[in-house]
Amino acid sequence: MNITMTLNGKKISAEIEADTLLIDFVRDHGCYSVKRGCETSNCGLCTVFLDEKPVLSCSVLAARADGRTVTTLEGLQEEAKEFGAFIADQGAEQCGFCNPGFIMNALALFRENEYPEEEEIREYLAGNLCRCSGYEGQLRGIQAFLAWKKEKSGKESEKS
Amino acid sequence: MRVIREYKKVESLEEAWQLNQKKSNRVLGGMVWLKMGKMQIGTAIDLSGLGLDTIEETEEEFRIGCMVTLRDLELHPGLSAYTDGAVRESVRHIVGVQFRNLATVGGSIYGRYGFSDVLTMFLSMDTYVELYKGGIIPLKEYAKLPYDRDILVRLIVKKEKSDFHYQSVRNSQTDFPVLTCAAAKTEAGYRFAIGARPGKAVLFDVDLNGRNVENLAEYAAKCVKDQISTGSNTRGSAEYRKHLTGVLIRRAVCKLEQV
Repeated sequence: MNITMTLNGKKISAEIEADTLLIDFVRDHGCYSVKRGCETSNCGLCTVFLDEKPVLSCSVLAARADGRTVTTLEGLQEEAKEFGAFIADQGAEQCGFCNPGFIMNALALFRENEYPEEEEIREYLAGNLCRCSGYEGQLRGIQAFLAWKKEKSGKESEKS
Repeated sequence: MRVIREYKKVESLEEAWQLNQKKSNRVLGGMVWLKMGKMQIGTAIDLSGLGLDTIEETEEEFRIGCMVTLRDLELHPGLSAYTDGAVRESVRHIVGVQFRNLATVGGSIYGRYGFSDVLTMFLSMDTYVELYKGGIIPLKEYAKLPYDRDILVRLIVKKEKSDFHYQSVRNSQTDFPVLTCAAAKTEAGYRFAIGARPGKAVLFDVDLNGRNVENLAEYAAKCVKDQISTGSNTRGSAEYRKHLTGVLIRRAVCKLEQV
């Protein structure tokens, strides 16, 4: 069957099988940030945005993305770079395999809730597993990023 | 993964029903549970084009389409207000936001899974299931029925004068629950749904009409513990689950009585 979707801002059409999964589809289209970590819909590594909502692309049929908008980390380079630097500053990750899925879901969190509290961060990111760390570094990185963002927006509103 | 030979986004419930009469065909919910199986699927039936992804609230009831996601339930202000946050509490520990953006209420309820927080929560409310051919039946009856080839269209939750409370015990965050407990304080007394026994959730009514019970929490806990049947699996033993049942019911009653 043929599907059409907007992948990272670009309209694409492709022939797929009925059981092609979205994760395999986007990887076939060059989005290698999207990883398969568990195969049990649990780890969050395959997170992409489907019409702006974070979902597990390992559990979505590509057919279901027909006519919709899909965004992967490849399409969010600037945002990801800005936030990712704070995670790197903390040395939060060791192997980094979980990083793209984690960044995607953190960005989804910030879009829903601009300045989340610690409890809200923990709850929103509970579905992103990291097997190297204890999550403390990531949490510090997020809090440092939020503090920086708050300061930046304070300065901007002073200027205007 | 399993093989799906064909995918069909249906244009009507009749079309879905017709396709679903064939044993090798399956209705897709959020696919998060389905994908764990090893079955071969002839035609995967997708209901997502039928506008069944909304929650409508009226003075009398909530009408919840089968394709509403667990995340939609979690964020719905009307459901939160009606249950004092119990609906949100019942789903927020399920895996993660990305998972809950996919998993559907129709999939959870049709599946009648033993581990289901969703079934537990909805059993504690005055909930009905609307089936395409089978009409509207109480969820507590539907929960006991064998799987059939009908289409679950929506859930209807009748509003009543009740207070709700939800708890689950998990060995670790985001895991399947060891036990789930939804409590409703109604005008007639208490209604408790206990799930993850590990069998599917069952309902217990504790009628307090005209009864002068000195220690309500203890009384309710004993009533349910005497009736409930629990089992063992890797997450906990039957004895542990029975003990937890008493603990969660005591806590629920204390909370709802504001003791």
